Amino acid sequence: MSVQTWTWLLVGLTFALYFGIAIWARAGSTKEFYVAGGGVSPLANGMATAADWMSAASFISMAGIISFSGYDGSVYLMGWTGGYVLLALLLAPYLRKFGKFTVPDFIGDRYYSNTARTVAVICALIVSFTYVAGQMRGVGIVFSQFLQVDINLGVIIGMAVVLTFALLGGMKGITYTQVAQYCVLIFAFMVPAFFISMQMTGNIIPQIGMGGKVEGGAFLLDKLDTLHTELGFSEYTSGKKSTWDVFAITLALMTGTAGLPHVIVRFFTVPKVKDARKSAGYALFLIAILYTTAPAVAVFSRTNLIETVSNQEYKNIPEWFKNWENTGLIAWSDKNGDGKIQYVAGDALSSKKPVYTDARGASGERMVSNFSDASNELYVDRDIMVLANPEIANLPNWVIALVAAGGLAAALSTAAGLLLVISTSVSHDLVKKQLKPDISDKDELKVARIAIFIAILIAGYFGINPPGFVAAVVALAFGLAAASFFPAIILGIFDKRMNSQGAISGMVVGIVLMLFYMMKFKLDMFGGGTSADWWFGTSPEGFGTIAMCVNVVISLVVSRVTAAPPQDVQDMVESIRIPSGAGEAHDH
Amino acid sequence: MSDKQKHATAYWKENIKYLTILLLIWFVVSFGCGILFREELDQFRLGGFKLGFWFAQQGSIYVFVILIFVYVRLMNKLDKKYGFDE
Repeated sequence: MSVQTWTWLLVGLTFALYFGIAIWARAGSTKEFYVAGGGVSPLANGMATAADWMSAASFISMAGIISFSGYDGSVYLMGWTGGYVLLALLLAPYLRKFGKFTVPDFIGDRYYSNTARTVAVICALIVSFTYVAGQMRGVGIVFSQFLQVDINLGVIIGMAVVLTFALLGGMKGITYTQVAQYCVLIFAFMVPAFFISMQMTGNIIPQIGMGGKVEGGAFLLDKLDTLHTELGFSEYTSGKKSTWDVFAITLALMTGTAGLPHVIVRFFTVPKVKDARKSAGYALFLIAILYTTAPAVAVFSRTNLIETVSNQEYKNIPEWFKNWENTGLIAWSDKNGDGKIQYVAGDALSSKKPVYTDARGASGERMVSNFSDASNELYVDRDIMVLANPEIANLPNWVIALVAAGGLAAALSTAAGLLLVISTSVSHDLVKKQLKPDISDKDELKVARIAIFIAILIAGYFGINPPGFVAAVVALAFGLAAASFFPAIILGIFDKRMNSQGAISGMVVGIVLMLFYMMKFKLDMFGGGTSADWWFGTSPEGFGTIAMCVNVVISLVVSRVTAAPPQDVQDMVESIRIPSGAGEAHDH
Repeated sequence: MSDKQKHATAYWKENIKYLTILLLIWFVVSFGCGILFREELDQFRLGGFKLGFWFAQQGSIYVFVILIFVYVRLMNKLDKKYGFDE
């Protein structure tokens, strides 16, 4: 069977599975809708959390980014896993004991203030929307590349699917579809990795193969370092970023992970505090399977790519190269006219993406109008490393198709989780808690479903018309979460003296500072600036660390010069520190 | 201070002690071995890996997983000791 047929078959089967689960797990009450009735087992919750967490970016882009940045890519590996340690030790058990539905619920009650609640809702909405737009785009890309469907139609199909299981099942439906999606995505990621590791190093476990030897007896990583040095790239295992920036980005990603509302809300769905702790452990274990494989895939595909294309004649290049050239993710120009591909350090293009003309060059390559003067002749989009890897390694068609199904599972599960947070913020934190407290359970459910519907339309709109800043901003959602939620929640649990004035001023200053830095250096507003102007040499991705520290300092100072929180709030803090008597997640 | 409160305070103190130790390890494997002392550690090797690079891309993640499960065990014991388990 052809790749195309296999892809339709696998995508169709997995979609049918998701629909089946959605119908089976329909939600009848707000409690089922928001926290799946609070009765999800720790393992199932761990799988759902893992699927929720691993987005299109983890599945499709991460290995590619590491592949092209070597050691510098470690920030994502450590940042996106280390945050779970913070989550498990500092947040999950206490928030579970607190036992309400949402993060703004906690902020609002702990800081006895609707202003604090509103600030938290706004932060949650900003973080979730920046994140979800990227997911819908990811769905569109997978559809267009593997199924030759128009990218916009792909986004619409994705919207319809998410809408169905989110509307029907709420958190309950989403949780159980995510369990299925985890299985699909991890299988799809691991199978090609096993194949390629076996092929290149003779060891089927990629984590070990990465440190193994290749034909000829040299270690794979040493060989890759040598290849890199020969072609003028910086050594794969050393990287280019400054130590401080690596430190700052890693810390911002870790604390951002722990502060993401769609991850935190997961721990409200298990029955007991004990289960919340255990569930975080399962989640990280299941995530670690992919996260320790990704750097191995990065090394394999990087080596494979260089060996396959470097100094080869374009005429003899394998079919996959030309296919990806046709989809616009590879571009080559025969700058020195020898008919061979020179892949060396330097930017092949004068701008970020290739601009194709209709013409074909002397060797039959697609002509591009914006090549630079650098001697590097090849442009490769980072995203194809995972998608094209099975083709580059000549794996069977069904494995290639599997990657498409896995990418879709990753994007859809994350989008669903985020949309639920958005709708909960609106129906529960805004309508129920502020505008109309006497709303009935049934009406609240109706509002939640309408909110999901509108949120999907907005997310879909951004998926089809991606504003230029989306790609730049998705990674920064973590900085925003780190600068706003993380300190407010941690201090709310560990500092009994923290009061509403302190937390609110900290959150506002933190998120405003982060937004300002982001706009200045990413979007060129407020006078813009280059990396030479960065404060303390910190990139915008790492700035969350600084904004978070500022938040903490301001919170502490302001809280100490204003009145202590009321006695009942202090009692509440005492009570969430003790695990017994958690009961179910409840409303009042 | 009632007995119950004393109990709760003692429990919280022990909890904080565990957290401090575990987070110290968390910091050392990732920010220490993987970032700050990476270059020094890269002089040593673990099979085909330079040691600092291995910590940054593999080792720290394994330790993270182990840390959470150790925490779960410690806390379950602590809950029992103070009668907060259910």
